[in-house]
Amino acid sequence: MLSLKNLWVEYGDKIVLERISLDIAEGSFVSIIGPSGAGKSSLLRVILGQERPTRGTITLDGAPLPAECGPDRGVVFQRYSVFPHLTVLGNTLLGLEFAQSPFTARLFGAQRRAAVGEAEAMLASVGLGDSLHLYPAQMSGGMQQRLAIAQALIKRPRILLLDEPFGALDPGIRADMHGLITRLWREHGLTIIMVTHDIKEAFSLGTRVLTLDKRRHDPHAPHRYGAAVVYDLALRKSVDEAGITIDANHNNGHE
Amino acid sequence: MRWVNRRPGRGTAFLLGAVPLAVLGLTYIIASAARHAANPADKILPLPGAMAQAMALLVFEADPLSGEYLFWADTAASLWRLGVGLGIATISTLLVGLVLGVLPPVRATLGPLVTAIAVVPPIALLPILFIVFGLGETAKVALIVVGVTPFMIRDVAGHVAALPREQVVKALTLGANSWGVMLRVALPQAMPRLIQALRLSLGPAWVFLISAEAIAADVGLGYRIFLVRRYLAMDVILPYVAWIAVLAVVIDFALTQSSRRLFGWAHGTAH
Repeated sequence: MLSLKNLWVEYGDKIVLERISLDIAEGSFVSIIGPSGAGKSSLLRVILGQERPTRGTITLDGAPLPAECGPDRGVVFQRYSVFPHLTVLGNTLLGLEFAQSPFTARLFGAQRRAAVGEAEAMLASVGLGDSLHLYPAQMSGGMQQRLAIAQALIKRPRILLLDEPFGALDPGIRADMHGLITRLWREHGLTIIMVTHDIKEAFSLGTRVLTLDKRRHDPHAPHRYGAAVVYDLALRKSVDEAGITIDANHNNGHE
Repeated sequence: MRWVNRRPGRGTAFLLGAVPLAVLGLTYIIASAARHAANPADKILPLPGAMAQAMALLVFEADPLSGEYLFWADTAASLWRLGVGLGIATISTLLVGLVLGVLPPVRATLGPLVTAIAVVPPIALLPILFIVFGLGETAKVALIVVGVTPFMIRDVAGHVAALPREQVVKALTLGANSWGVMLRVALPQAMPRLIQALRLSLGPAWVFLISAEAIAADVGLGYRIFLVRRYLAMDVILPYVAWIAVLAVVIDFALTQSSRRLFGWAHGTAH
């Protein structure tokens, strides 16, 4: 569905990513891991449309992806994903309001009631049904990330991008969130691309794990070589979820 | 207990805050009494009774020439000028600051202009304002506007521009366009900062108001102070200064309270 062809990302003369070519199938859950500074977040920002690749193309179902963020791609960041000045309900309604009311970005009457109903259902499904009128500052980090997920999902995005979404949460909450995201991924038939530092998380959630790292290294000019996909593992989750079996190992090291 | 850990309770804090004010008042009375003991006709440090007497004339008795209660006429004129000036400043700050903060091309275009205006000392512009707008109300209001708006615009625009980039990206993925980002993301978050900037601008605004009134006016708190200065009338000047302080404190308090009430999310209070 999503196809990246020969993608390069450079900042000035610093090459961050080089020769990234990927095809991401609909309904997959792709985890991206790699050392710090390997361009994981850059790759995510390029897919999101927040940044433009220096070279290469990204296509969604064959059509080139506009290099601007839009409602076809939802996102949850590690922080600052929710708006501090809106309540839980207001944060969730926002996506519907932008779509249905381009001028005032607010809804009234029956339209609003319908939107509120939809938002409440979405919030109930992420476990925030009782917190509709709280402000983000009154909630824990885990609740804020639940809200960020609900806020993104109400737009029914084709692709959901997660940038270390659970990185700031403590382990117990993180396990709950893993359960939640897996359930939502199945229920909504989402395609998810997640950047994470946590290798265990990458393998337990993903159906495919990409590792970004520098393939070559010039000790005199370390910035002149960018990171590429050094491992690309497809995982097959067994039905009882007892374990993970690695299905294929097409290490696309040197094409 | 270490001093950094001592937190006075509400009552204690009130008492502690009242002490310096009481000391100031007491010091004045002692100094005034000492001067009057030496020279009963002293005008520099009038006794409270003399101040009350002088003020009673202005507050309770109509001026035989104009038929106006001068103290209230002065207060009304000054507050009107201050209100109109700050109102215009606030509205233009909201419009310009928001656009400047949200839209990078506008920031690139107008940012240097706002900075250039902001560094000009407003009082230096006062003659120009008097020449352009005449000696009426317009010039006085214009001085307040010119004096505080650039600072407020820079403050609000800077705050809006410093909102996390993630928020803008998130809004775009929720289907917003530039207008939507401005209306639903930047504007609400700029409001508490706008009130904050307005509070900080109150001091300079009073300075510009009093300056303009001192130079050319026929009514106003600043006008009265500079008028009676010719007669060394400290018994009027001191109460007027105290009254300006009271007005400033009340306005500041009202702004703080309205910000807390309207934008509770920005103050970390329960709702």
